[in-house]
Amino acid sequence: MIREFKLPDLGEGVHEGEILSVRIAAGQAVREGEILLEVETDKAAVEIPSPFTGTVIEVRVRPGQTVHVGEVLVTVETGEASPEDKPAPAAAAEKSPPEPAAPSAPPGEPRRGPVPASPATRRLARELGVDLSRVPGSGPAGLVTAEDVRAFAARIPSAASPAAAAQPSAAPASPAVEEADALPDFSRWGPVERIPFRSLRRATARRMTLSWSRIPHVTSLEMIDVTRLEAFRKKHKGPVEALGGRLTLTVFALKAAATVLKGHPRINASLDEAAGEIVLKKHYHLGVAVNTEEGLVVPVVRHVDDKSLKEIAVELKGLIERAHARKLTREELQGGTFTLTNAGALGGWSFTPIIHYPQAAILGLGEARLEPVVISEGGRPRLAARLRMPAVLSIDHRLLDGADAVGFLRAFRRMLEDPDELLLSLV
Amino acid sequence: MVMGELSQETEVLVIGGGPGGYAAAFRAADLGLEVTLVDTAPRPGGVCLYRGCIPSKTFLHLAELVLDAAAAAGRGIRFGAPRIDPEGLRRWKAQVIEKMAEGLTALARRRNVQLIQGRAEFESSASVLLHDAEIRRLRFRHAVIATGSRPIAPPGVEFRPGGRIMSSTGALALADIPESLLVIGGGYVGLELGMVYAAFGSRVTLVERQERILAGVDGDLARPLFERLRGLFAAMHFRTRVVELVEEEESVRARLSGESGEIEERFSRALVAVGRRPATEGLGLEKTGVERDERGFIRVDARMATAEPRIRAVGDAVGGLMLAHKASAEGKVAAEAIAGKPAQFDARAVPAVVYTDPQVAWCGLTEEEARRLGIEVQVTRFPWRFSGRAVTLGASEGLTKLIVEPGTGRILGLGVCGRHAEGLIAEGVLAVEMGALAEDLAAILHPHPTLSETEGEAAELFFGNAVHLLGKTPSPAR
Repeated sequence: MIREFKLPDLGEGVHEGEILSVRIAAGQAVREGEILLEVETDKAAVEIPSPFTGTVIEVRVRPGQTVHVGEVLVTVETGEASPEDKPAPAAAAEKSPPEPAAPSAPPGEPRRGPVPASPATRRLARELGVDLSRVPGSGPAGLVTAEDVRAFAARIPSAASPAAAAQPSAAPASPAVEEADALPDFSRWGPVERIPFRSLRRATARRMTLSWSRIPHVTSLEMIDVTRLEAFRKKHKGPVEALGGRLTLTVFALKAAATVLKGHPRINASLDEAAGEIVLKKHYHLGVAVNTEEGLVVPVVRHVDDKSLKEIAVELKGLIERAHARKLTREELQGGTFTLTNAGALGGWSFTPIIHYPQAAILGLGEARLEPVVISEGGRPRLAARLRMPAVLSIDHRLLDGADAVGFLRAFRRMLEDPDELLLSLV
Repeated sequence: MVMGELSQETEVLVIGGGPGGYAAAFRAADLGLEVTLVDTAPRPGGVCLYRGCIPSKTFLHLAELVLDAAAAAGRGIRFGAPRIDPEGLRRWKAQVIEKMAEGLTALARRRNVQLIQGRAEFESSASVLLHDAEIRRLRFRHAVIATGSRPIAPPGVEFRPGGRIMSSTGALALADIPESLLVIGGGYVGLELGMVYAAFGSRVTLVERQERILAGVDGDLARPLFERLRGLFAAMHFRTRVVELVEEEESVRARLSGESGEIEERFSRALVAVGRRPATEGLGLEKTGVERDERGFIRVDARMATAEPRIRAVGDAVGGLMLAHKASAEGKVAAEAIAGKPAQFDARAVPAVVYTDPQVAWCGLTEEEARRLGIEVQVTRFPWRFSGRAVTLGASEGLTKLIVEPGTGRILGLGVCGRHAEGLIAEGVLAVEMGALAEDLAAILHPHPTLSETEGEAAELFFGNAVHLLGKTPSPAR
């Protein structure tokens, strides 16, 4: 019998691949385990072995073609008798599930006017994405019952796709109302107070849930020696203050990050799943997480790459003040391409930040602390007291790999460790 | 922080605390959304609670008592003449409202719905400015407009608080029982309030531009009410317009122009009840993408979405039947749609009730609508004089009618005129919404003796004879 060989499920959420090479041709004999094709998926290139022994009848794909899981790639004559040839009605019956007994009428033309159905049945049809006017009614005088709708949905999978049913609200993605187990009555164990969960707290919860559930995060840690930078910062702090700015480590970090991002375009990006594309952003608007009394807000410094340290210092101070006064405009909170969150100001050390969806990465900084460090001077190691700051980068592992994170952090570190390097890299 | 500088964010902003607004707010809160409800009044309830359904029904119940007491005289019980105490009536009305308002406020609080008193005006499709409120600005992810409607004032007429020319609001304030009252408009508001004042002792004159009361309601359903009003009102003028309406020191002077020429007459007060228009002005809608039709109603789809994706609208502000329960149902649809549920407003039987005595109620398709739309229907009528219960109540003028799809016997509409129509209509709503057949309604048991039997018998008539009435149409083959 002729067996079809379909692109198998390659796992890890891979649904399609590109044919790199075809190793066999029609008429050729193949053995089970022999490599038929090479396919590249977005994870890796894989060689696909034949599951049968026999003669290749037809090769349905050619190199360069994109194929989906389940698509027939090759047909092979195995020489076995086909199940159809065998007098085994049980096996044949397995192939096609029995048709539902009722309704037997095939779905026909849509009816006109309101379809007789109860409100609950109408709601069910909406939930299942079923066009009620196409459902044959089995009830009295053509009444469409809930069973009719379910049977119809089961027979026409496309009609019943939940995506079609959901008709997502056109407004910005509605919060998913997650079904979780009901909470116990905590007051059974002691006094409790209930306070409203609203505004910023709720918005933060929603954003973090979205990011954490959608984005596979990987976080890398790097220690940065900021002894020289801190000396440099202290030296120039005064003049910047006179201009109305505040020269903090964050200012340097912003500038350095924007500079490094230019060499790592995939970090300054977003994944557009719907379009199947990666959006590389050719602008560098960096958000800075600000912890206010009301909660976390992330104002955005625009065009960090085009601004001087002084300009950034002045702008950032203004943004932070407005954040605390809750006077940021919506525009000032939008359009970020990358985010910096500095836990150091609060005395925090290392942590694993959650990406500001739909960005691709977030950089976290901890408090710079004096540490004993082994440094090499003239090839001779010695112990020194250095000011060191942890920097963590969480990346979207769909878009980026650990190597990208390490590369970014290394370049970022080099810049902050050597203020001259940072200044030289500025345009 | 300075007063008036405060701004807030909310997930769902509902503007308007009437039945549409609070239903939307409560449903949204029940679905786990964070909700803020803004209304010009300190507590939810809207026109319905403070100046509409609730106060009018409070008075109508008492009016019915007065009329029943008078009718009892002919049935063996004689009461003395009623003494109407306007202050007592106002106090009772206030108590009723207070009880409901307290209940709604508690329900809002327990759902964590934030109530803000103030007037909201859109400044963009993502935020509103609040006037006369402690918070200056509210940013929202989703908004539901439920601002309702206002009584229409004819050109040159102004409704002043305490004025002699009143809207329904003024009439429900019940400043006094005027010696004479001119009711302009023969719709349900004019008839209900006209009946209240007539029962309380006013000489009521009705003026209507159309040829009969309750234009738009099937004529046979309006007829028993018309007969009743003929005995209750001093005069009814149809095809008549009010060409002049002037408030004077002690009266209102009205010049009426109709088939029988022009009449000039003075009344103690006048009630203008010629309809309502949507309260969608001054909302700053021009700052958003929300679209309105030429009459000011906000355009929405079946999921109550306006042309602006983040903003939905419900209730009187979107038109259709301007009824509280329609607004509530739409409010719930809006909330569910915001929560991402596949909700849709797809009611097939929006019931309407006129609380006069006799009451008039209908749902689903009406006979006149079927005629207008060219839909073939079969209509069965069961007059209440064949109902034992109606006769015991002295309510034998009533009528129950069914609108049925001829081929299938499917019930498309139900209409009732008579006492307790408000309760009877529910069976019709259930029948239409469930796709029930006349056979279903005829087969189920209706308790005897009740007025609900008239519904079963109207259904039996579809097949020829009812137990208590021989039909005129031959039985179709079954």
